[in-house]
Amino acid sequence: MKPVAVVRFPGTQCDQDVVKAIKLLHYPVKTIGHADRFSPKDYSAFILPGGFSYGDYLRAGALAVHSQAMQDIYKAAEAGRPILGICNGFQILCEAGLLEGTLQVNQTLRFIDKWVELELIHSCSVWGGDQIKKTVCIPIAHKEGRFYASEEKMKMLQDQSLIWWKYKKNPNGSLESIAGIMNKQKNVAGLMPHPERAMAEWMGGTAGISFFKTFF
Amino acid sequence: MMIIGVKILLKEEVLDVQGRAIAETLKRRDYSIEDCRYGKFLELKVSGNNKEEILEQAKKMAESVLCNSLVESYELEVLSEDPVVKKGQ
Repeated sequence: MKPVAVVRFPGTQCDQDVVKAIKLLHYPVKTIGHADRFSPKDYSAFILPGGFSYGDYLRAGALAVHSQAMQDIYKAAEAGRPILGICNGFQILCEAGLLEGTLQVNQTLRFIDKWVELELIHSCSVWGGDQIKKTVCIPIAHKEGRFYASEEKMKMLQDQSLIWWKYKKNPNGSLESIAGIMNKQKNVAGLMPHPERAMAEWMGGTAGISFFKTFF
Repeated sequence: MMIIGVKILLKEEVLDVQGRAIAETLKRRDYSIEDCRYGKFLELKVSGNNKEEILEQAKKMAESVLCNSLVESYELEVLSEDPVVKKGQ
């Protein structure tokens, strides 16, 4: 099996958590740097982990979009490779235009760090698939996690079944309580909560495992 | 060389939580404020001599990198056509 690529930008901080999560499932994994070029076909999937890429300067995820590695991520997306953005990774994918909408400052203006319950709306065949539980509890940790999209785009997300997860109790003011979405081809997915932080009982839960048990 | 100012604000229809928090604080201090919008201001020192070309470049920068057109609008302003003069002020 080809390795799963974990893309690291300056300021990314959840990359090792994701690497460990992938290793726990005995998948091969490799870290890719922001200035690296790579061939999408050499990897089974790509994960953009959480953190504060480029210090979140300008807007969360805005500067990472223009890094070298992202140019190949665009190619990977086009080639239909599975791509998952977690937290800052989700923000980057939105800024890149690979996912609809944007993530704005939480309604409370606070950084929220807590375990939340999520409800599966439409399953994502490459990330978790149909076997994933309909409700899971995993942690969020973000200040810019309030999902926003225009009315027209929200309708499109609903009509095309692109909403992946919703919060059971909206923590940040996200439109329609959205916690995660997919692109039209459903190979690119973004998620504000951190499944890599819910991989063992000592962490507080194991619901994250099913997100990485994938079908690349 | 020209210095171009770029003013970035969230669009009217987008909830501006930071602007709202600032307005609330000012209200609490008894200022008669109705609303506040929070944004960014950038100064771009752009090389070249042709004003139109420079403004066109600044527009491209604003639209491709500086703003997220889903939620933000921007305005360009020529701050100085000769930065040396500005420094001396």
